[in-house]
Amino acid sequence: MLEIKNLHVSVEDQEILKGLNLTVNAGEVHSIMGPNGSGKSTLALVLAGRESYKVTKGEIIFEGKDLLELSPEDRAREGIFLAFQYPVEIPGVANTYLLREALNSIRKYRGEEPLKHVEFGRLAKEKMKVMGISDNLLKRAVNEGFSGGEKKRNEIFQMQILQPKLAIMDETDSGLDIDALKIVANGVNALRSPERAFIVITHYQRILDYIVPDFVHVLVDGKIVKSGGKELALELEDKGYGWLEEEKIAANN
Amino acid sequence: MSVDLEKLAEQEYKYGFVTDIEQEIAPAGLNEDVIRMISAKKNEPEWLLEWRLKAYKNWLTMKEPKWPNVHYSPIDYQAISYYAAPKKKQTLESLDDLDPEIKETYDKLGIPLDEQKMLAGVAVDAVFDSVSVITTFKEKLAEDGVIFCSISDAVQEHPELVKEYLGSVVPYNDNFFAALNTAVFTDGSFVYIPKGVRCPMELSTYFRINAENTGQFERTLIIAEEGSYVSYLEGCTAPARDENQLHAAVVELIAHKDATIKYSTIQNWYPGDSEGKGGIYNFVTKRGRCLGQSSHISWTQVETGSAITWKYPSCILEGDNSVGEFYSVALTNRYQQADTGTKMIHIGKNTSSTIITKGISAGHGQNTYRGLVQIGKDATGARNYSQCDSMLIGDKCGAHTFPYIEVKNSTAQMEHEASTSKIGEDQIFYCQQRGLSAEDAVSLIVNGFCKDVFKELPFEFAVEAEKLLSISLEGSVG
Repeated sequence: MLEIKNLHVSVEDQEILKGLNLTVNAGEVHSIMGPNGSGKSTLALVLAGRESYKVTKGEIIFEGKDLLELSPEDRAREGIFLAFQYPVEIPGVANTYLLREALNSIRKYRGEEPLKHVEFGRLAKEKMKVMGISDNLLKRAVNEGFSGGEKKRNEIFQMQILQPKLAIMDETDSGLDIDALKIVANGVNALRSPERAFIVITHYQRILDYIVPDFVHVLVDGKIVKSGGKELALELEDKGYGWLEEEKIAANN
Repeated sequence: MSVDLEKLAEQEYKYGFVTDIEQEIAPAGLNEDVIRMISAKKNEPEWLLEWRLKAYKNWLTMKEPKWPNVHYSPIDYQAISYYAAPKKKQTLESLDDLDPEIKETYDKLGIPLDEQKMLAGVAVDAVFDSVSVITTFKEKLAEDGVIFCSISDAVQEHPELVKEYLGSVVPYNDNFFAALNTAVFTDGSFVYIPKGVRCPMELSTYFRINAENTGQFERTLIIAEEGSYVSYLEGCTAPARDENQLHAAVVELIAHKDATIKYSTIQNWYPGDSEGKGGIYNFVTKRGRCLGQSSHISWTQVETGSAITWKYPSCILEGDNSVGEFYSVALTNRYQQADTGTKMIHIGKNTSSTIITKGISAGHGQNTYRGLVQIGKDATGARNYSQCDSMLIGDKCGAHTFPYIEVKNSTAQMEHEASTSKIGEDQIFYCQQRGLSAEDAVSLIVNGFCKDVFKELPFEFAVEAEKLLSISLEGSVG
């Protein structure tokens, strides 16, 4: 589904990703772990098409298409969803309004009829239950005055409505208490299917107890230095990232 | 693929067409003879002509105001024609008598004049250049005693009302443009709501400038008697031309005891092209008097058009417990300039006023809020709440705020909030990531920004206003 080859990315002339390779197949859950500043969020934003992140080398193929040729909205319409680490507030725009506009713009791209208000309402109701989202939250302006937990739950709620092919979660677990974490994890697990893939970016192993990954990758200094199964996450929890950084330095020498 | 906020593309002004119709146009120039001609055409009583001439003489001694924060080349008042009317104008018995070209013009503007086709519950006065061409639903309104007609008809049919109220809110010598209007005003709407009547439908006037090198000088007068209610809306468009055209209107509102007047404007005069050439100079004086106790005047405006806007719809709160409100959205794109705001003059006790303004600047647009809140020495217990928010799109535009506050009574409560923000690239990206185009994202975010004002508009027009804002923003992202 997704193939990233030798990806180099710079932000304001500083190289953040330095030759990253990653292959994600449909049905798989990949976790990307790594220390602060290793380039995890950069990877998420590059996949989503954030303009200030310049790809200087390498390629990204998504479902056979050159992803780097697509606008951010077309990537979304092709089925890429990013659950943001810091979801922005949009005053005066109802949460439900943005979501319906978004869904219908995606449907239009796919040549489908727009959903009517009633149909959308029914869909939203169903997903709200899964995510423990109140009617009130749906009617409020996008993320305005939401608590940290509400913002994250709202991201996963949007993911449920938009039904992406590839869902990228950028530190969705940060700032969540254990109950909220479980709700978010349930929401994600409900979406797991053979047609859908996930990239779960996190600092901590904790979320992986609930969203069990097929692969764990460790990102250090802009490169994946180690890949393994879910047990790698436990090892990292135990030993930290230091030993991998040392290994990498040793390898470079 | 990138969101380049600075790149401004050509924006489509879809009302820029010209109606090809035989017009009677007065030769350019302004003098007493022209004023006598206008007055004679309208078969006006002597006192009205005298009033016009008095205003004209006064105007000759006045200077064009230079204090607004707008820049334009000097206007040659002798190069403008002060009267233009469709030639076929005779007394219209029904819609069938209306020139089909004019009817088609209004159809194209989305204002069908057929009563069956119109929005249910909205009566329209259609003003084409200098004259009102038709007023719909007159008979139905008359059943409730509501008078809704052109001001020219009102002069003929209700001279006592016109004589009593005309100029009672905006005097003939109020300011340069009001004096000019008084001298040469040609038409406009007249509304009278009798005591205790809640006007059964929305009243609206649709102003269309068509003729070249003419000015439009309309005059609107609305009187709400004790305990009555009326909601009135005006809309405006003009053809796209390279020359600037002058529009200098005067609107006067009078609210008696317990009466409410809600006045909404959707102003979409031609804004000029992407180089800043052409467009309407919109220099307007709008003022309401809350004469009676607990009277209420509410102004809502959505200003997206005109090359230059100079406009301060105001309330004089004379009656005790009277309420004044001003809700405004002003958008300047391309090279548009707007200097707009309000004056809230508190005279009576326990008077209260609310000001909520949203200024949006894009392209090379310059947007100025200018407002005065004045609490008189007898206005015990007066309250004002002002909130002025500005949003910038791109980095070649400007937002300016000039709030003036004068308080002469120590019991007054004043609140003023102001904010300026740049439209967030984070917000746009967030919407794009959910599947919206950058342009739709901007329009969504701007509409959200304006929501507090749009919710004050009658429902049908709120939808219209949102659409208009989206069209006006087209090209503000590349």
